Amino acid sequence: MKVRRFKDSLATTFIRASLVFVNAIAFVIAITLFMKTRPILAKTTLSHLLSSTSWHPLRGDFGFFPFIIGTLEVTAIAMILSIPVCLLSAIYLSEYAHGRFRGFVRLVVDILAGIPSVIYGLCGVIAIVPLVRILGQALGSPTTGYSLLAGGIILAIMVSPVITSVALEVFRTIPRAARENSLALGITTWEMVKHVILRSSLHGIIAAIVLGFARAFGETMAVLMVVGNVPKVPLSLFDPAYPLPALIANNYGEMMSIPLYDSALMFAALILMVVVGGFSLGAHLILLKIERRGYV
Amino acid sequence: MRSRRLEEQIFKGLMIASLTLVLVVLAGIIFITIYKGAPALTLSMLTETPKGGYYLGKEGGIANAIVGSLYLGLGASFCALLLSVPVAFGLQKEYTGWRFASFTKLVLDVLWGIPSIVYGAFGFVVMAYFGLRASLLGGIIVLTLLMLPIMVRSMEEVIRTIPLELKEVSYALGTTRIETTMAVVLRQALPGMVTAVLLAFGRGIGDAASILFTAGYTDYIPRSLFDPVASLPLAVFFQIGTPIPEVQERAYASALILLLIVFVVSIVSRILSHRFSKHIVR
Repeated sequence: MKVRRFKDSLATTFIRASLVFVNAIAFVIAITLFMKTRPILAKTTLSHLLSSTSWHPLRGDFGFFPFIIGTLEVTAIAMILSIPVCLLSAIYLSEYAHGRFRGFVRLVVDILAGIPSVIYGLCGVIAIVPLVRILGQALGSPTTGYSLLAGGIILAIMVSPVITSVALEVFRTIPRAARENSLALGITTWEMVKHVILRSSLHGIIAAIVLGFARAFGETMAVLMVVGNVPKVPLSLFDPAYPLPALIANNYGEMMSIPLYDSALMFAALILMVVVGGFSLGAHLILLKIERRGYV
Repeated sequence: MRSRRLEEQIFKGLMIASLTLVLVVLAGIIFITIYKGAPALTLSMLTETPKGGYYLGKEGGIANAIVGSLYLGLGASFCALLLSVPVAFGLQKEYTGWRFASFTKLVLDVLWGIPSIVYGAFGFVVMAYFGLRASLLGGIIVLTLLMLPIMVRSMEEVIRTIPLELKEVSYALGTTRIETTMAVVLRQALPGMVTAVLLAFGRGIGDAASILFTAGYTDYIPRSLFDPVASLPLAVFFQIGTPIPEVQERAYASALILLLIVFVVSIVSRILSHRFSKHIVR
């Protein structure tokens, strides 16, 4: 008996220690990035870093504004393109499609969510970039195709599995009785969706969108390959942009040779971590609430 | 009434159009990769490492990247498995209070969402601090961090579905916590845990941003943990960036190989979980 007790307490200690360890990892990452950004924050102010448009690392001049705008605009285009399409698809799957078809599409979407981002990037280079070039010429703004719009389209494709599957999960948590009650009043399915489904799953829809946003905001490789990477504030959809993740990925090589450059890049990583972490924390809190209450 | 019917028809049409669009675009991604990659895929691509002048379009293959990716993926999956099993078990209420468990789950969810480039930057800083150069070891460590939340969260989802009665029966026999965990919980959750590992492996092997700084790139197959290592996602990325058409062809072939690995892993995991789950008490 003593041996069994001892084994149990040993195992329990180990398990609890590993739990603490996992939490510690998160804090170590956050603290490390924060410590690394201190040199640059000591030299300039936060507001200058965020609002200056001048990017000259050799002169010690780090203005993140073009990169932040680039990230926000690429993400915004992706969200505008993908949200309506994904929500309509999720509604169809949840309310109109047969269970079997729904299961099939869910499987396909799950598999597609696992496609590596370089492959999306590659397809972007092969298909989207020439398409954007033709579109740009047709609209009278000549472009190489490597542009804000191309990045946005690729991101929209990449986040669509995420938004669709989370929204579908949320719609399925709504009890069948809620649907039947309103259908029994003789309304059409779309009216039921409009008045019952969308209204009662509003929080969940927001969570799905936020998770998609978080994914898009930090996506590196696919965007990097199609977005053009010119550190200027883009003035039109067909101008190249330079999002934050691409900035980090492209410049790690010179990071150690220019003073403060590593600190500046870590500042970019910290922005990504704080924004994405904050948004996904919010989304998961909403989803947790939905899970606990059944539906909101 | 007619306008209501019309509204219904319009929206139903829009929904079908949207769903078709999503599926067609995603199928298009696969189609393009296969269409472009298949002609460029030859046996020597799979079996040879790059020779002199490879990046100018001469002889050689990407065996270095294939083997490198497998080393990275398998090594990181193994490390992440060792770490995530105790964590996933520890999230049960026998081991941890409800508050700490849900806090940990939330932390893991947030970690899951953190962009892989941030893991890469973090790994680079830590490695620079310890004086490590880009190496297989560095790549494995960063990928382990990336896989950990995926594995733990998916394992925990499975462990949570085990009926409480089953555990209670075991405890009623006078077992200790770890005995019940190993005899009942582990056996019940095993299929789900296998799926979790394969899911994380698929994510890890396809990730480029995190290993860009930490694993490096080389034309050789690494001989030790401290050698730099090539990987398929980076092979795609570097080769598409060159202006030479023959090398770009090889990027397509590399992408196809990567896609095939990810798909095989994903499909195998689904088949396994389906087959194993026959012997589970629900």
